[in-house]
Amino acid sequence: MEWAFFILFGGVMLIASVLVITRRNVVHAALYLLLTLFCAAALYVMLEAEFLAAIQVLIYAGAIMMLYVFVIMLINVRESMAERQWHRQKVAAAVIGVLLAVELLAIFAKGIVAPSAKTAEAAKSVLNAYGGNTEAFGATLYTQFLFPFEAASLLLLAAMIGAIVMAKRNIE
Amino acid sequence: MVPGEYYLALAGMVFVIGGIGVVTRRNVIMILMSIELMLNAVNLTFIAFAKMNGNMVGQIFVIFVITVAAVEAAVGLALIISLNRRKATLNVDEINILKW
Repeated sequence: MEWAFFILFGGVMLIASVLVITRRNVVHAALYLLLTLFCAAALYVMLEAEFLAAIQVLIYAGAIMMLYVFVIMLINVRESMAERQWHRQKVAAAVIGVLLAVELLAIFAKGIVAPSAKTAEAAKSVLNAYGGNTEAFGATLYTQFLFPFEAASLLLLAAMIGAIVMAKRNIE
Repeated sequence: MVPGEYYLALAGMVFVIGGIGVVTRRNVIMILMSIELMLNAVNLTFIAFAKMNGNMVGQIFVIFVITVAAVEAAVGLALIISLNRRKATLNVDEINILKW
C-alpha cells in the first residue's frame, strides 16, 4: 500500500516538475509547481513529518506561490510567451544534468548505511518522549536550535525591508 | 515500507530537473521557480535522512530551508518588479544593466 502511494505521488511529482520547466506559459508552470509542492507534502506525511507537511502546504503552496502568481499577474505574460524561451545551451544542460544525476545516484547508492534497529528504536523513543511529531519538533527547535531560529527571523526582517525598498517606485 | 534510498533518488531527480531549468530557461520567473524545485528536492532529502537516522535534526533544517526559500522568493520577485519597471523585459539575456 505504501509503495502504491509512493509511486503515485513520486511519479506525479516527477512529471509535474518536468512540466514546470518546459511550459511556455508562466501561469501553467506556476500551477504545475503547486502540484509538485502538494506531492512533496504527501511524501512528507509518508516520511512521518506531519508538521512539515502542514507547513509545506501553508507556507510554500499558500504564501510563496501566492507571491509568484501575484507577480505573474503584474507582468505581461502574453509578451513573454512570444519571445524565445530557451538558451542555446540545451546540450550543455543535458550533459551537466546527466553528470549530476549519475553523481547524486552514485552517492545515494554507495554512501548510505541502512539504519540499524537501534536508530529506529531511538526515533520511536524521541517521538514517545514528546507525544508526537509536532511536540518533538517544537522541543528540538526551541532548545537545541534556538540561535539559528533567531538568526532566521533576523533574515526574514532583512528580506522584508529589502523587498519593500526594491519594489518601491521611488525612495525619498 | 519504502526504503529511504528511494526518496533520496526521487529527490535527486527533481533536483537535477530544477537545475536543468535554471540553466536553460530565459524567463527570470521560470528560473526562480526552478530554484524553488531544487529547494524542494533538498527538503525531501533532509526529511528522508531524518527518517533514516531517527532524529529530528533533519526536519528542523527543513524549516530553515523554507525560511530561506520565502526570503529568496520575496527579494527575487521584488527585483523582478523593479527590473520590469526599468527595462520592461523578463529575458535574462537583456538584463545587463551592470555591464557597460
